[in-house]
Amino acid sequence: MSLSAQPLDSQSLSPSESPDKDGVVQLQDVVIRFAGNSQDGIQTIGGFLAKLAGRSAREVMTYMTIPSTISGGPSIFQVHLGSGEVHSAGDESDFLFAFYQHSYDSHFDSLRDGGICIYDSDHVEELRDNERGVKHIGIPITSTTVEAIGGSARDRGKNIFVLGFVTQLFDLNKEKLVTLIERQFGRKGEDVLRNAMLAFDAGYAYPIGDLSAVRYDLRQGAKGGQDKVTTDGNTALTLGLLAGGVRYGSGYPITPWSPVMEMLRSELPKYGGLFVQAEDELGAVSMALGFAYAGHTSVTGSSGPGLSLKMEALSYATMAELPLVVINVQRGGPSTGLPTSVEQSDLMQAIYGSHGDCPRIVIAPKNVEDCFHVGVEACNLAREYSCPVIILTDQALATRIEAFPEPDLDEVLVEPALDQEPRGEDFKPYPLDGLTRHAPPGTVMEGETYPVVTGLEHDEWGHPSGNPEMHARMNARRREKIKALGEKIGPPAIQGDESGDVLLVGWGSTWGPIREATIRLRDGGRKVGAIHLRHLNPLPSGLEEIFARFSDIVVVEINDEGLYGNGQLATLLRARYCDSRIRSICKTDGLTFKVREIIEGIGSPPQA
Amino acid sequence: MSAAAEPKKLTKKALTADHPTWCPGCGDFAVLAAFFKVLEKLQIPHEKICTIAGIGCSSRFPYFVNSHGVHFIHGRALPLATGVSLSRPDLHVFAFGGDGDGYSIGGNHLDHAARKNVNLTYVVMDNFVYGLTKKQTSPTSPEGFKSKTDPTGSIDRPINPMQKLVYGGATFVGRTHAAQVKHMMEMFERAITHDGFSVVEVLSECVVFYPGAFDDGNPRKGGEFEIIEEKKWDDSAEDESRHDVTDGVEAYKLASLQYPGKFGVFYQADRPTKNQLEQRWIDASREKTGEASAKDLIAGRFAAMK
Repeated sequence: MSLSAQPLDSQSLSPSESPDKDGVVQLQDVVIRFAGNSQDGIQTIGGFLAKLAGRSAREVMTYMTIPSTISGGPSIFQVHLGSGEVHSAGDESDFLFAFYQHSYDSHFDSLRDGGICIYDSDHVEELRDNERGVKHIGIPITSTTVEAIGGSARDRGKNIFVLGFVTQLFDLNKEKLVTLIERQFGRKGEDVLRNAMLAFDAGYAYPIGDLSAVRYDLRQGAKGGQDKVTTDGNTALTLGLLAGGVRYGSGYPITPWSPVMEMLRSELPKYGGLFVQAEDELGAVSMALGFAYAGHTSVTGSSGPGLSLKMEALSYATMAELPLVVINVQRGGPSTGLPTSVEQSDLMQAIYGSHGDCPRIVIAPKNVEDCFHVGVEACNLAREYSCPVIILTDQALATRIEAFPEPDLDEVLVEPALDQEPRGEDFKPYPLDGLTRHAPPGTVMEGETYPVVTGLEHDEWGHPSGNPEMHARMNARRREKIKALGEKIGPPAIQGDESGDVLLVGWGSTWGPIREATIRLRDGGRKVGAIHLRHLNPLPSGLEEIFARFSDIVVVEINDEGLYGNGQLATLLRARYCDSRIRSICKTDGLTFKVREIIEGIGSPPQA
Repeated sequence: MSAAAEPKKLTKKALTADHPTWCPGCGDFAVLAAFFKVLEKLQIPHEKICTIAGIGCSSRFPYFVNSHGVHFIHGRALPLATGVSLSRPDLHVFAFGGDGDGYSIGGNHLDHAARKNVNLTYVVMDNFVYGLTKKQTSPTSPEGFKSKTDPTGSIDRPINPMQKLVYGGATFVGRTHAAQVKHMMEMFERAITHDGFSVVEVLSECVVFYPGAFDDGNPRKGGEFEIIEEKKWDDSAEDESRHDVTDGVEAYKLASLQYPGKFGVFYQADRPTKNQLEQRWIDASREKTGEASAKDLIAGRFAAMK
């Protein structure tokens, strides 16, 4: 099932590899979907497989849905395990594990033709008529687990049973998995671990039956050497902020930002810092600005609704020129929207959402590894330019688990130091001919005049000023510093063809599917390149030169086509470059892009 | 040029910055003067003074004090001040504002800063009106007060700020009057030296939009300035009827008195500050990790993810 050998049509995206002479089917990668309820520990199975992948030099990408209710409700977890590069969580699954009738009913169609459905025969009774060649295998998962654990009426542990079964089926490294299980469950107590191992062993030993004629052997990863780090986007981002020098912050709970806040709350005291949960979003951003004014690298964050609440304070941060890292873990909008679905509809808000001419920096990570590096970069930019730096991540990236090489801390780590250098007589907080470098409180002012940081328009010393020329000059100054940053940022690297028919443009978490689409299109003979923008405001330099080398420029993003047929980034690029060839592939279904949606959106090449 | 090794003496003159833009006769002039006198008396190191305000006439305070300061956004001075206080234990943090900034838009932040007992001093210059925006009803405007947003007279029951401050959890609550400079100084000094969230409500007349609002509390205008007699704990008979400042219920009763009410310290108690509580956790965390460096801490997290 090597992805790189696939022609375009969807039928042939689903071959079965033939078994070799020993009856073993060699797989390069596999997509497994687990569908159950939110309390069945579905995430745990996926998490273990992802960690195992990281330890086995394999690539992994995951995808999951969480219902927005606190308990109950369907939940799925999809794992795409591969020995080559894995760029998406998989359009269709090769294996479906269905725990309940509703899981089966809702997710049967996600299986590819000829795929395999393993269902809990204790709960799933009605099967579909099988025109698509799907192989059904019923296992009494619930009763077997209950029996294995010793007759407890509760059916906890069936997720670990399934994990054991999967380990047998794909001949995964049992020792490594058992170590992971012991590590995770050992902490919860002897009984819990014992039950987990009973369930695991029962799954591992369960006769494979029909499947035994053919075994699946995921090829070993090509890369040897270092174990990779396996984690989700929110955690990677948090560690990036810590590495970048964040020591203080404030926030308010909102899905899917809360885990970042919770991690910062627990971690920062170890670094001698502090994260405070405030009474509301405005209190949070105000407190974070207090930390920033006091001289520290400071962070706040939220999702769309909370960012809306923070807009006035962000306008203040731009005018007063205070450094602040702001995180928006985007979710479905508008308003309360879809708290647990992915969307990229806050781009315009990030750039223009505050009143006034309010330029600030906006950046977006493209995958979990990038979340770490963007976290570091945001801190550096905030300190350098004394302005808000908004990081746009999203719900899918926040919760998705990937394996990546451990970052080199020696190269990126910043140890913050409180600037208390005395300022001379000629100190100006807002010099017309330079960048702002505030004198934090506690700084001795040798000229014996102390500065007031303000949101009113002001002169170079921070005195409020309504002078017309001063306002124009100060506005220009705030704008020029962001513009200067843009000029320093070179264009992103082009994946695929350097020139050709189609240029795909994306930002944020669509990187994986766009990359996979590019590979497939090129394999089909198209000349396709793709660029991914990490910097949304300012935009990097040199883009027009890249646009000029392609006939069709297609921006892929998860937001609405708006009143004029273009998504948010497409609208910005069209305005910036006045290039009417720029068009959009947009959608707003709260799901990540499938590779085929991108390919279909591009369409056939124009007739010669 | 002073060549002395010892720090320069802090003077009112050194603290004086721009001449206030307040209207002549505004009560806030007296508040400013009292503040300067107290800082001079306490000799706080000049660079450690930090004044923070929101929006309003009285929120212009930081411009008129020559010290590090922030002129922030309407109603949010307290959370910003909280950030400064929690992350810079070496500074003396002061917040200023009026009744609109503090009790209307800022009301929620006040409750939370107070209940958390954040170490700072907050001075509210209450004039029962929105002055900067030229005479709208404020949450403390009395019923019947005619403003531009209540041309036929205010119909809403005003908030009682002393009740709010006492119930909110502040560990020092005082009330004073801008015509009483000595009393203001005493309140400010006690507020500043108190460890915890200290708030002083100052009746400060707006001569343009609500003149005479506080004449009832001004002996020079025929009113009464009744000071709360605090318990001396001397077992005397007179002490029975004096006010126990550590008694929140009694403080609330004082707060509930009809206008003009009484002036002085309503409540003062010692409770751990948020600053102290968070610092305890920081110290414990650092000890637990053996004061590990940031690099080791982050590397440790990565190791657990393999």
